[in-house]
Amino acid sequence: MAVIVLGGGLMGAASAFFLAQRGVQVTLVDRRRIGAGATVASFGNIRRSGRHLSQLALARRSLDLWNQAETLLGRDVEFRASGHLRLIFDAESLADMRKFAEAARPFGLDLDELGPGEIHRRFPGLGPSAIAASFSPEDGSANPRLVAPAFAAAAAAKGAMIVDSAPVSQIRRNTHGFTVETARGNFEAEILLNCAGGWGTTIAAQFGEPVPLNTFGPQMGVTEPLPHRILPVVGVWSRDHGAYFRQVERGNIVFGGAVERVPVDPDPGFAQVDPARLPVQLGALSRLLPAIRDVSVIRQWSGCEGYVEDSLPVVGASSTTPGLFHAFGFCGHGFQLGPGVGATMAELIATGRTEIELEPFSPGRFAQKNTTSQ
Amino acid sequence: MTRVLIVGAGPAGIRAAAELAGAGLRPVVVDEGARAGGQIYRRPPEMFSRPAKVLYGSEAGKAGALHGLFDALLAEDRVDYLPNRTVVGLSDGVAHLVGPEIGERCTFDRLILATGAMDRVAPVPGWQAAGVYTLGAAQIALKAQGVALGRRIVLAGSGPLLTLVAAQLLKAGADVAAVLDTAPLATQMRGGLKMALARPGVTARGLMLRARLGRRFRAGVSLERIETGPSGPKALHWYDAAGRSHTTTCDTVALGWHLRAETALADLAGSAFDWSETWAQWLPRTDVEGRAADGLYLAGDGLRILGADGAELAGRVAARACLADLGLSTDPAAQSRDLKRLRKMRRFAEGVASAFPWPAQMVRDLPDETVLCRCEGVTAGELRDTVPLSGPDANRVKSLGRVGMGRCQGRYCQLAAAELISETTRLSSAEVGRLRAQPPVRPAPVAALVSDHDED
Amino acid sequence: MSRVNAAGEKGRLIRLAESDRAPLPFYLDGVERQAMQGDTVLTAVLLSAGGLRSAEFGLEKRAGFCLMGACQDCWMWQEDGPRIRACSTPLKAGMRLLTDPPKTWPGELP
Ligand SMILES: Cc1cc2nc3c(=O)[nH]c(=O)nc-3n(C[C@H](O)[C@H](O)[C@H](O)COP(=O)(O)OP(=O)(O)OC[C@H]3O[C@@H](n4cnc5c(N)ncnc54)[C@H](O)[C@@H]3O)c2cc1C
Ligand code: FES
Repeated sequence: MAVIVLGGGLMGAASAFFLAQRGVQVTLVDRRRIGAGATVASFGNIRRSGRHLSQLALARRSLDLWNQAETLLGRDVEFRASGHLRLIFDAESLADMRKFAEAARPFGLDLDELGPGEIHRRFPGLGPSAIAASFSPEDGSANPRLVAPAFAAAAAAKGAMIVDSAPVSQIRRNTHGFTVETARGNFEAEILLNCAGGWGTTIAAQFGEPVPLNTFGPQMGVTEPLPHRILPVVGVWSRDHGAYFRQVERGNIVFGGAVERVPVDPDPGFAQVDPARLPVQLGALSRLLPAIRDVSVIRQWSGCEGYVEDSLPVVGASSTTPGLFHAFGFCGHGFQLGPGVGATMAELIATGRTEIELEPFSPGRFAQKNTTSQ
Repeated sequence: MTRVLIVGAGPAGIRAAAELAGAGLRPVVVDEGARAGGQIYRRPPEMFSRPAKVLYGSEAGKAGALHGLFDALLAEDRVDYLPNRTVVGLSDGVAHLVGPEIGERCTFDRLILATGAMDRVAPVPGWQAAGVYTLGAAQIALKAQGVALGRRIVLAGSGPLLTLVAAQLLKAGADVAAVLDTAPLATQMRGGLKMALARPGVTARGLMLRARLGRRFRAGVSLERIETGPSGPKALHWYDAAGRSHTTTCDTVALGWHLRAETALADLAGSAFDWSETWAQWLPRTDVEGRAADGLYLAGDGLRILGADGAELAGRVAARACLADLGLSTDPAAQSRDLKRLRKMRRFAEGVASAFPWPAQMVRDLPDETVLCRCEGVTAGELRDTVPLSGPDANRVKSLGRVGMGRCQGRYCQLAAAELISETTRLSSAEVGRLRAQPPVRPAPVAALVSDHDED
Repeated sequence: MSRVNAAGEKGRLIRLAESDRAPLPFYLDGVERQAMQGDTVLTAVLLSAGGLRSAEFGLEKRAGFCLMGACQDCWMWQEDGPRIRACSTPLKAGMRLLTDPPKTWPGELP
């Protein structure tokens, strides 16, 4: 069996790796460099708290793989299970958290509830006005700059062919499968896996399966290096788009959230940073970490990410085209899922089945919705 | 009225402001410093007392004229002047400032960037130690603070600043142990000829200054390493033109290989860039009058390193281009006169650039354990190890290897990094590419953006 | 002209001119020191100390590099309040500067 994986972000690179691990012949194609899309820009959060319940099984599988990442990849991609702390500032969010914790337990996610005294004792300086928090000790983060290139390099070591900087001019379906024409040659395979991120819907549409997806750039930033004293990834339980941050081992505090994402034209897909949003974002962050007021921001960035109308990704076999599979549109929370998606897609493609429930992410779900509503 | 924002109050910015004010506009001038003047005509704090002649030497007259011009614009209330403020980011028609007022912004219709330059520095093993500075730093310390950076100073690098700073330090009573120029004499003579043809007076002045350095001055040297102890430099180890090894004891080293344009804002504002072989750096692309994009004008060392006189001309020229684009009347005769002078400045400057080149081979030869990026502590060896994974693109090397990710945003390491990438990959620096600027172009203190009461 | 501080550490800088300005006291790591009106924080500290701060990724001290606000090598902690860029910040009377981050950042243990 031969597979072309289109898109060398985390999803594509991980899929290529797990396919190669199963002995499948893989070609990973990207129009730019590996991991240079949403993946490199992402926050690197490996979090399950607050995820849509339908994703938790996949997220569990992914977490197990993150724990093996260094062995699998032969290099440290800085996965650290340093815990995920989510602060709570109002009663409504506390109720939301408790409800979620209850529902998530069967999926193997154990959230500890912390009171203000315990937050203060265990995490000095964090959320002094918080009324409570959830803490998920097994979650953490990894380095989004390293992870996709590491998966691609490991895939290559297992025989995958990596074709980067290869803009795709045409994809054709024919009797024996697919032909992908690129600036660096044409490739053929029976199976095509679409991992083209924010650009994935164009490919899906070509095969009669359009997905309502918009591209936006989350606004990210990082401070100067500081003493490494904040261990967990920190976020907030809130119905609004809350702020989040983490301190990397070198001491920089990476942050995001709390402000509107900037719309991105998928062509060429360069997401802009809007400096006007920074003060608002920092204002929200200083509630989680007042001491951030003492330090400086040294860099802002963004990246082009695909957001699907129903906030769920598109993962699974195409409903229109045999041999076509999709894994795109991760709506700003795909990083944690990456290895799990890769392993699951590889399993699905190689064996025709998977234990993981993919129905909620079915590529055909929008077509169905359209017919039933008519 | 059309709002023109000028960033930078050095020679280029001040001349641009005067030109616009003369045409009846009221420009806004933003500058990081507390007092207008820029790098070369930097003014010490008010309570300092040395006369202009001591501070600026042969250039005292020009300094006085420029300061006087700007002070008069202020006294007549013809500009909006925002000192002590850094433009850290740009969004559509808005400059985001960091300064004494929280979250300050400044709207504009047109933008003139006159952001100047900084020392172009090549890493030397040991340069991360306390007590290693740039040549510019040694000059600023003297001019603006009346201090020497150490008790026994070695100056090394290449370019007009090397000789000038040495002479200024000596005159002020500092102990300058050696002045080491990496450019071979023959190279200097070839470039010097071009310089002398374009501006004989200036060239002669430089030679006279150099004569004062006597035996301290050596050309064609190669720097081996800065020997350091817990309190900083102890000696500089170097080879002379004949390859003999020397050790000069010192407690301070100042380095600089001519200048590098400060282009981060030009990048954010949408300017295109080209690799310049002459200048061995990336420079913004403009037309002869400094137009970089619609409504964007560049002038001064931030565009081309033409020096202070060239910057004054370029400031006026860019301002007139801006006025012309606004449909306001300008003096075409003056514009063509200035453009002609600017061409002469450019010939001279190209002579300077070829007389005092970037020490490419010295950088390529750096031992693996040399710190390359002072901010992040990344070594030359780590960079060489990153390239097989990252490929040759400078931005990708930054992403995977951290060179250029620190507080200075690659200002002081990116040329050396490109040199090493090009050594490893055998591609040219032009092919290796340019680090893209990202906001904020200087570290933005959170306290300057968020008030204490902002949190809910 | 140069001073040796209590720890026997020599200052890095020496004054060559402008030495008749009003004195200005400040604190470095809790110890009172003297500088002059018009000194930058960098000048003030380095007249009696060898460095401004410890490096994050090496064992060396750092003492600034460019003095023009471009290299960002000279940022210092204060006992209270935001970090400051020493080369471009004028010294103010009574400033309490630190060469190492405060033990209590980002928050005090109860
Ligand atoms: C700023 C930002 C912050 C984020 N923060 C988080 C977070 O904290 N936690 C989290 O879990 N997730 C986060 N995410 C989301 C996460 O990064 C993504 O969900 C994940 O990386 C998606 O991976 P991908 O491979 O599907 O897409 P991408 O990484 O975007 O990869 C798609 C690739 O496809 C290539 N491509 C596109 N079209 C074609 C074509 N026609 N042919 C060939 N190649 C093509 C592109 O060049 C690109 O390299 C964030 C995303 C962004 C942008
Ligand atoms: S010494 Fe370079 S910014 Fe202060």
